[in-house]
Amino acid sequence: MTDYAADTGFYAEEMTINVGPQHPSTHGVLRFVVKTDGEMINEAIPDVGYLHRSIEKIGEKVTYHGYVPYTDRADYLAAMFANQAFCMAAEKLGNTEVSRRGEFCRVIACELNRLASHLISVGTFGQDIGAMTPFVHALRERESINNLMEEICGARLTYNYIRIGGVGYDIVPSTMTKIAEFLDHFEPIVEEFNRLLSGNKIFIERLANVAVVSKEDALSYNLVGPNLRGSGIKWDIRRDIPYSVYPELDFEVPVGTAEVGSLGDSFDRFWVRIREMQESVKILRQAMTMIPKGPAISKVPRKFRPPVGEYYARVEAPRGDMGFYVVSDGSEYPYRVRIRTGSYTAMSIIDKLSKGIMVADLIALIGSLDVDAPEIDR
Amino acid sequence: MDAKETYASLEKLFPGKVRDFKGDVFEPYCFVEKEAIVEICRFLRTAQSFRFEVLSDLTALDWPKEEKIQMVYHLFSYAHNHQIVLKVDLPRDNPKIATVEEQWKVANWFEREVYDLFGVIFEGHTDLRRIMLPDDWVGFPLRKDYVEQEEYDGISTQRAPLVEKLLR
Repeated sequence: MTDYAADTGFYAEEMTINVGPQHPSTHGVLRFVVKTDGEMINEAIPDVGYLHRSIEKIGEKVTYHGYVPYTDRADYLAAMFANQAFCMAAEKLGNTEVSRRGEFCRVIACELNRLASHLISVGTFGQDIGAMTPFVHALRERESINNLMEEICGARLTYNYIRIGGVGYDIVPSTMTKIAEFLDHFEPIVEEFNRLLSGNKIFIERLANVAVVSKEDALSYNLVGPNLRGSGIKWDIRRDIPYSVYPELDFEVPVGTAEVGSLGDSFDRFWVRIREMQESVKILRQAMTMIPKGPAISKVPRKFRPPVGEYYARVEAPRGDMGFYVVSDGSEYPYRVRIRTGSYTAMSIIDKLSKGIMVADLIALIGSLDVDAPEIDR
Repeated sequence: MDAKETYASLEKLFPGKVRDFKGDVFEPYCFVEKEAIVEICRFLRTAQSFRFEVLSDLTALDWPKEEKIQMVYHLFSYAHNHQIVLKVDLPRDNPKIATVEEQWKVANWFEREVYDLFGVIFEGHTDLRRIMLPDDWVGFPLRKDYVEQEEYDGISTQRAPLVEKLLR
């Protein structure tokens, strides 16, 4: 380095720059302290906590029923899954049965939510590395999903739809028709999206072989969801620790296949998400034909007092294994609620992966891991 | 292999270091002596019949009445699809435990969070800083007896009730 400076008269020393906390490609408020040598990153240290709202502490102060709306805020892009994970924990502790129609309503709402979340993920991913058009296409589709969500539960983002014992409102037949119409419209859109983005040579070249996560690292850093499957590990909670009515539904678990580069690179993680959207459409179609008649919610006492115990409920959220560890001391309030999210662990691997890549690739890396700031900080 | 068998082999290999297995709950757990946590974790991760390659979750519980902070480790194995929960009791006035960072890299961030919110010191941790809260924050919020400081950096953390605010 010193030779270079002596030869050319230019300084070539390590430079420390800030990425964030207000930066469009960091997907929310998070910050990186990046030490660079020109374009090459020596180290990128993540700094999180800007969005810490102490959701876990709030859990100790409100009742079980009252806590459901707070769980929405853990991950605003996939609020349905946090609802479900918490309700599953509470139901298990309180030995509450969920009505069968309620379970199907949950699956339909969750898979719609997964589509919306993945659309945001792949759309902003394209935007991060310079493709503006796909973002608009993705948001257009997500808007239709938001409209459907509004019909289902009255909210577009923070749903508070899944309640202990079932769901808040039944899905009426006219909404079912609209969902079916949307799915017919959406399936060809995925193909269009692939023509526009996934098959684009520039896009592929930007992502192939960038930030490769080995199987060992994926396990050691506890990556979950599409990030884990991108590294070739076939593991999906819906299939492997079945919950709700997923065992009755038929779907594939897409894994990374080193499509264009090496196994576990940024493109693999992206491609898993695209294929998961197609699987979600499949699940939705089945759930809508299988849904039985009956009440949407079973009878649950207003004063919900589960006996002493603890349970760690896991669901497969768009950002992977979302866990709610709820401890009950027999009172009306949870003794402790712990939320374990996929983005938190995904964020901890960035420090390692960023060594030796270029600044522009850091942005691709963040996008490919699909980290979501509110979910990290909770 | 279910948790009971896991505990039986732990008891055989580490006599006196594991105790109080509880199998009739949703997620069976056992207690581990504080000094033995690293060797037991290393064994559970590497032994072929267990292969707990994943630390699903690491958190703590505060029990002020019993004067203890309880560490909770959720271990999971994708290869065998089984899990075990380990618990370690620490004294509340001086909670210290060795880090398991060497076994699972993700423990680095999990332990930082527990340090930040519970004040547990992890010996041998490479980067033990607060993660959610600012470095100069006072107290550990997830402890049951935590009292919020009235202001931080000259900014009040209290909010007047809405009615008073409207009347003003």
